[in-house]
Amino acid sequence: MLLIPCPWCGARDEAEFRCGGESHIARPDPDTADDATWAAYLFDRDNVKGVGFERWLHRHGCGRWFNVARDTVTHEIRAVYAMTDPRPEIAP
Amino acid sequence: MSGFRLPQGGRIDRDQPLAFRYDGRWHQGFAGDTLASALIAAGVDQIGRSFKYHRPRGIFAAGPEEPNAILQLGPRPNLKATQVPLEDRLEASPVNCWPNARVDLGAAVGLFRRFMPAGFYYKTFKWPGWHWWEPIIRRAAGLGRVEPAAVAPEGQRRSLHCDVLVVGAGPAGLAAALAAGADGRRVVLVEQDSLLGGSLLVDRGTIDGMESDRWLEQAEATLAARPRTRILRRTIAFGCYDHGLVAAIERERIVWKIRAARVIVATGATERPIAFQDDDRPGVMLAGAVRAYLARWAAAAGRRLVLFTNNGDAYRTALAWADAGLTVAGVVDARRNAEGELPALAKANGIRIIDNAVVERTHGLRQVTGVTLRDGNGRRHRIACDTVAVSGGRDPAVALFVQAGGRLIWNDGVAAFVPGDGGYATPVGAAAGVFGLGSALTHGHAADSGDGTAPAAADASEGKLLPLWHAGGDPARSWVDRASDVTVADVGLAAREGYVSVEHYKRYTTSGMSPDQGKSSGVVALSLLGQETQRPQAAVGTTRFRPPWDPVPLAALTGADRGPRLRPVLHLPAHARHRELGATFEEYGGWLRPACYPRTGETREAAITREAAAVRDHAGIFDASPLGKIDVRGPDAGRFLDRIYLHRLSTLKPGRLRYTLAATESGIVADDGVIARIAPDRFLVGTTSGGAQRMAEHFEEWLQCEWVDLDVFVTPVTQQWGVINIAGPAARTLLAAAGSDIAFDAASFPHMTFREGHVAGIPARVARVSFTGECSFEVSVPARRTAELWDALAATAGPADLAPPTPFGVEALMVLRIEKGYLHVGADTDGTTYPADCGFADAVARRQDDFVGRRSMRRQDALRADRRQLVGLLPVTDGGALVAGAHIVAADGGSDGHVSSACWSPAVGGRIALAMISDGRNRLDEVVTVEDLGRQTQARIVRPPFVDPEGARLA
Repeated sequence: MLLIPCPWCGARDEAEFRCGGESHIARPDPDTADDATWAAYLFDRDNVKGVGFERWLHRHGCGRWFNVARDTVTHEIRAVYAMTDPRPEIAP
Repeated sequence: MSGFRLPQGGRIDRDQPLAFRYDGRWHQGFAGDTLASALIAAGVDQIGRSFKYHRPRGIFAAGPEEPNAILQLGPRPNLKATQVPLEDRLEASPVNCWPNARVDLGAAVGLFRRFMPAGFYYKTFKWPGWHWWEPIIRRAAGLGRVEPAAVAPEGQRRSLHCDVLVVGAGPAGLAAALAAGADGRRVVLVEQDSLLGGSLLVDRGTIDGMESDRWLEQAEATLAARPRTRILRRTIAFGCYDHGLVAAIERERIVWKIRAARVIVATGATERPIAFQDDDRPGVMLAGAVRAYLARWAAAAGRRLVLFTNNGDAYRTALAWADAGLTVAGVVDARRNAEGELPALAKANGIRIIDNAVVERTHGLRQVTGVTLRDGNGRRHRIACDTVAVSGGRDPAVALFVQAGGRLIWNDGVAAFVPGDGGYATPVGAAAGVFGLGSALTHGHAADSGDGTAPAAADASEGKLLPLWHAGGDPARSWVDRASDVTVADVGLAAREGYVSVEHYKRYTTSGMSPDQGKSSGVVALSLLGQETQRPQAAVGTTRFRPPWDPVPLAALTGADRGPRLRPVLHLPAHARHRELGATFEEYGGWLRPACYPRTGETREAAITREAAAVRDHAGIFDASPLGKIDVRGPDAGRFLDRIYLHRLSTLKPGRLRYTLAATESGIVADDGVIARIAPDRFLVGTTSGGAQRMAEHFEEWLQCEWVDLDVFVTPVTQQWGVINIAGPAARTLLAAAGSDIAFDAASFPHMTFREGHVAGIPARVARVSFTGECSFEVSVPARRTAELWDALAATAGPADLAPPTPFGVEALMVLRIEKGYLHVGADTDGTTYPADCGFADAVARRQDDFVGRRSMRRQDALRADRRQLVGLLPVTDGGALVAGAHIVAADGGSDGHVSSACWSPAVGGRIALAMISDGRNRLDEVVTVEDLGRQTQARIVRPPFVDPEGARLA
């Protein structure tokens, strides 16, 4: 059970959150994207071993979405940052 | 009957005798006893029968590592007698014998098939298949009984937060807790026992110059006086999880989720045996357990003891035995020289020590009567005894440390896995492989701040340990795991058959998979496996230490989440009113709603039909309060909703309504609803009742994660409003009669518009929207005034000749909407349905700008002509198979689609259905076969609606 540092509410139990999956997935221009590009946007996910970037919702708290950089092996949370922030550089 | 109670001593209350019944016989114990200590004191040697071979078994250990005394207490199966506090009138029975432990007919298994090796069942019962034999074999073996009718006492789940969590209140844990809480930090100390002290409860000594009992009293008083230190007794920490979460179970009822900044593991060590022939006979016990029963409970396991050891510490048992005035027949020490301070003391006390010797086998029938030992010259001697205490060393209890991320290393000095580095838990004392009272106190004290002075005590020098796993005798009758009946021979067999990975070995032999979880047998097993495969223990490794460390009752994990609290349902604001009207309630999308309002003697079907007909003939009222309502406002509200919904909403004029669909980004229908534009920058979005929360979250996700430039506020307001729907040809007249400042005539209040004003004196928003196909008004009022509005509309103070509207429930509403062919998202649609499949192809094609899911709807697959499409079905033959879920039979015998909604329609006078059928819209008038659970109906594909296709009734 993770302890997630919500940028607004502080460290809270994972049960209060919802994981929204991989973050930083750019939505292609729907008018020009071919089927393969669109399918990749919908379905292709990195599933990294190591530091992964996810978006989480503090569902039973402030209701805000934010980004989390989490090591998928150790579950260590390496960074928490705003939805609008770029993906941080994190050494593996 | 060899066990008995010593005339004095023990931490029991002899003024409080307790009667208990075991295996049909009454006995007496005392307050402070466990069931195990009371059984030993009562002289019950044989506790039960073994799992596979039904061999007689007695109590082996004194703690959670007990493999033999696994008992049934009333409806509660698989409890270890060592963990059951004795209570007055307690009744317990063995789990694996019939009719009782003394005369067990199942022991015939042991006579005829004395040795069923590992994998025996899987190899033998291959024909006609394991699944055929399994139920029979499970009944013959198995552990306790589960009584399905029994209701377990309700558990609790609770949370604790602290700075330092100390697991275990032995010397190291107490020293750690004393040091950690001295500066006022929040400390939680959990102890599985009912008493604090750990080994001090058995092995007394001198701490800080005083008797250890006195020191223990002081330590307990100090901790109790600290307001920010909390002690949980009879609480087992059973798992360490991510980010410092530790789970513990208190008195089998309360599951604690403990979040600590610091976790100190002082869980001590578990003694392990040495295997020899017939070492599972009642009377053979762990040396520490023999001593614990003597010192803690004044319960002697017998009168004549042989101690078999490979280490110096176990001599404490011989000393305690002699101290109690009992006979030590001999100490058999596997080491060449019985070195160490404690052996010297034993020698000085006149105890006979036979060193460089091993116990090879026991003798006796149902109880040990003697042992055969083999000395250094290979000569065998027989010694008479009734109790054999065995010690093969101690294994630090490392499970929590490993679960917390720590790594183990093999230590040859103690011949055990001890904590290395890593993880968030700090092991101290014996749990860290630091043995000796003085060392444990110092180690525990230093674990946290290390401020102040550590409690001081001396370590007894123990001498070296000689690793020894199987001392001799027949390997097929030398036990490794008593609870699962796994022998030394099974380890060899598993290795020869290729199960050399310790995880494979465990699964093949079922070693370590019983309620004791192999606590005392794990290292013996992996060491023997290492010997078989010429690998050191470090290369063999351990099996994974999965939580829970000790069994946790499911009722405790369930906590209060049972019965109606498992998933609480929402109640309508006017719930009491519907109850008074005799409504039959059902759950729809998380709400408890009237399904129908049957009259006295009326069937459910008749009520539904009557209600639906009443709406078409005259008028009905319906509580629509659960309809999802989301307030969306802001300068970009229109643009935002354009991007969410299938139809443009920025073009909607204030005061008007629009019906539309929302899709997922994959293009699948997610929800539908009617959207009202209240002001240029404000919309009230209607959703399905079940979709209210989901859609609000959907909005937020897009706004916060994708369209962060849009200035929009989303506020779910479903439960702020009560909504009563009045529908039918007389609805307009009845509503006006209820008293309103709104003009309801068709010209000034057309379909798909809304007005604000008052109804029956209540501020209201009235929307002309219809899910019944009738002229219909949805009246929304503040939630707390819902019942008031209902009363006003139901009572109708209208013209004298006009009947009041009929209350109708969800089921009649469904009949009415199926008659009209209106889509019900989630019933007619599923995870494969695109809007185009249910009649919205034109709306999708018309949109030139983007919205969620639009690109996916333009994939080739979404545009395929033969997709399943929503159509109507009318029976040609008897309509019995025309039910939701029935399949349309394809030419090849497979499915050509399915019935998504069906009902008996009073307006049509027969069954009608909506169905998703391949290429359905091009197959109108075709007669298809509908099949449901063997019944068949011929039905004609039609274009819905079944009633009022022109929509004249909506005017």
